[in-house]
Formats: sequence, C-alpha cells, structure tokens
Amino acid sequence: MKTEINPNDNLLFDTTLPGGGMWSWVVRRHTTLRIIDQEGGANVGLMAYNAHQPLDRLNLPDTLKAQYTAKLTRGHVLMSDMGHVLFSITADTVGWHDPLGGHGNAKMVERKYGSATYQEHRNGWYRNAHDNFLIELGKHGLGKRDLVANVNFFSRLDVNEEGLMHFHPGNSKPGDQIDLRAEMDVLVVLNTCQHPLDPNPAYAPKPIRLELLKTPPAGADDYCRNLRGENQRAFTLTEQLHLGA
Amino acid sequence: MSTLVYTESSLDPANAVYDYTLPAGDGWMHILKKGQTFRIVDLEGNQAVDTLFYNAHDMSERYSAQDTIREQGGLYLTTGTKLMSSECNVLATIVADTCGRHDTVGGACAAESNQVRYSLDKRWMHSCRDTFLLALSKWGNGVTKCDITHNINFFMNVPVTAEGGLSFEDGVSAGGRYVEVRAEMDIICLISNCPQLNNPCNAYNPTPVRLLIWNPIQ
Repeated sequence: MKTEINPNDNLLFDTTLPGGGMWSWVVRRHTTLRIIDQEGGANVGLMAYNAHQPLDRLNLPDTLKAQYTAKLTRGHVLMSDMGHVLFSITADTVGWHDPLGGHGNAKMVERKYGSATYQEHRNGWYRNAHDNFLIELGKHGLGKRDLVANVNFFSRLDVNEEGLMHFHPGNSKPGDQIDLRAEMDVLVVLNTCQHPLDPNPAYAPKPIRLELLKTPPAGADDYCRNLRGENQRAFTLTEQLHLGA
Repeated sequence: MSTLVYTESSLDPANAVYDYTLPAGDGWMHILKKGQTFRIVDLEGNQAVDTLFYNAHDMSERYSAQDTIREQGGLYLTTGTKLMSSECNVLATIVADTCGRHDTVGGACAAESNQVRYSLDKRWMHSCRDTFLLALSKWGNGVTKCDITHNINFFMNVPVTAEGGLSFEDGVSAGGRYVEVRAEMDIICLISNCPQLNNPCNAYNPTPVRLLIWNPIQ
C-alpha cells in the first residue's frame, strides 16, 4: 500500500550515496532507515542480518510466503530465516518493490554496458552489485556463503500468467522514499547498482539519500504488526529475542 | 494457469547406476558427476521435494533461485531451465519433466517459519530446514546453516499473480510424474523430502520419492 511519509523530526544522521555506490550499517532497534530516491529510477539492492547473530538473516522466501506476496510495500515486514522481523516497512511512497530479480555481477555489467576500468576511469568505473555486496559483507566478517536473495527497492518486475518477468519502467519518481524500521539491531548491506533487468543500455545508476531516524517501537496497534497473524507471531518471536535485555 | 509442457525421458531405470527410494521426512546428500542425469520420481503425487545444489569443488558456489529465474526471464522451472549458481554458472539443466512446473520462490519449511505461519507451538514439528541442517552437519567439511540458501521445490505449484500476490495452489503433479536434471559440472545435491503437515502442499500426507542416477551414454 502506497502512503505518505512520516515526519523526519528525529533525524540522527544522513548521508548520500552515488549511483553504483555501497554502504553498510548497524541500524539499531527502534530506529528507522529512510531511503530516498533523489532523481527517480534508483535501485537499492539490500541484504539484512541480525547484527548480533548474522546466521539469523533475511529470508525472502519466508518473507513472501508468510505474507502471501511477491512484492513489498507498506505493512510488509522483512523476515529472517529464524522467524524474526528485521525491518518493518512503515512508509512507502512507491507501492511496489522487487523481491525477485536478484543482482548483477561483473560479467553481466560488462556484457551490458561494456568495460570501464578503474585504471582508465578512476571512480567513474563501472561497479557491480555482486562485488559491492561482497565488499560490504567482508567489512563485517561475512563472505560469499552469506549472500542471500536480495530486495531491489524502488524497482518493480511484472509477472504474467506464464510466469514471465518484465521490468516495469518509471516505477519510482524523484523524491520517492521508503521507511524501514528496525525491530532488532540489523546489519544492513546495500548498494545502488542498476537493477539487473533495467533495460537502459547505458550504465547510469542513480544516487540515493539515506536518513537514520529515532522512531517509537511498534505499539499494540502497529500497522505492520497487525497486517496478518503471521506478522503478529513474527513480532512475538522478535520480542522474545530481546527478553531480559 | 499457464500451459504446461511435458517432456518424457528415454532413460531406462534398468540402466541406472543408482536407484533409491527416499522416505518422506528424510534427507539425502549426494555427489552428481558432470554429465550424469538425475531423476526424482514423485511416486504417489504432490510430494514437495526441497532441493539445493552446490559446486562439488567449492560449496560456496551454490544454487541461486534469483539468478535462475532472472536469467531465464520467468519464475517457473521446467524442461530447458538452467539451474544457475550464485556466480551465474550453470550447475545443471532440467532435461525432462512430466510434471510441467516447479517452484523456486516458496523456499523450505522450518521450525521457526512454521511458528510464524501457523502457530507458535509448532516449533517441535519436523521441517525441511532441520533436515538440511542435519545433512550438512553430517557432511562436515565446515558446511553450516549459512550454506542453506533458497531452494527448488520440485513438484510444487506457487503461482505469482499480476497484482504481485503469491498463492499456494493445488499441485500439478501426480503419482509417477518425474523431473530429470543433467549435471553440467560436478555438483552436490541436497534434498529434504518435505515433512510438512500444516498445509496442503503434500496433501497433508508426505510420501516417498524415488531417486535415480544414470551415467552419460558413451
């Protein structure tokens, strides 16, 4: 469900990321990561882990089947493979984010856009999501075996009756944003490489702005908690994780 | 519902070099050499067979559901589907299929996801990811829970709607239907013959499957 955004009067931190950039951060419980598509057409590939026990990690099949959805928007939560809620999507001006398309690698980027090496292009070189994920994961002691299926925020794939997938152009407009409220301390690893099915023949990844906001915990009447019984039970398991803390 | 295409195999079970019936709820982990053909037979119908593949020489390269569906441009697996690795290499190809459609979006059941999906008191029930964990622990060589990635559900039907909904439909399989893959490199196959009793994916009745392997025809 597409919604207006929450006020940002509790801003703790903000930064911008160029297209093709990468970032990782431990988003503390009860803070919100806001991602803003500054120019429209951004793609944010994202993986997430329990910061204290990274084996407890984003699991998109669990996330999708528990909420009977193949897209992500407000009300949905990102679930871990241990039945926990990592992030709740508390606001979203887009309405559809892609959990199916995965991410590109160096070979795919070269095949699609040609070669632009660091030697020749310095920091204007062509980066790829796979390597960006590995770099940021590596900063937290994680590696290839810790790669999980990623979300592509701001992108959309349409699926027809035959199961064929098509990139939906113009899904995200300038200024569109999504709020991810952390329900535990979450290690988030993200990058701004183009969606692997983006039909644009040019290497043109878009920048984003990231804001970290202090937000109240999910109350008993929280929209994400009450979207479905499955979400209520995942919140209960997540709160049990913090018993005695 | 989309058209289902069936492709029969010409391989004769009498010539198989391996033939084993895997009971419901059991795990199976086995090496498939490059060029070998591996068949899974849904003996009684609508059994979900949760399956992972790894590069046998480097298990950090493993089956990737997202890379598989994106590279073929479609969600459902059937004859011709190349099962892609996390490094976008072809691990195996589906070469025969008398079921017509297999899922790779729905993932595997787990003690914890059963708590979320059904009831907090379901944690004790047997699940695919417990089977995966036990098989990986016994395999050794340092493989752990982080090596359980997003699997294939052979014989399961999980359609995605144009509106972005996900549904769990009645199976399109039936007793005796099978799927065959040819190993395109030396791979390790890990199977949990799904024990799920909380939803109709197995018609509430998990059943055995038959596993056969053929060497390449000389």
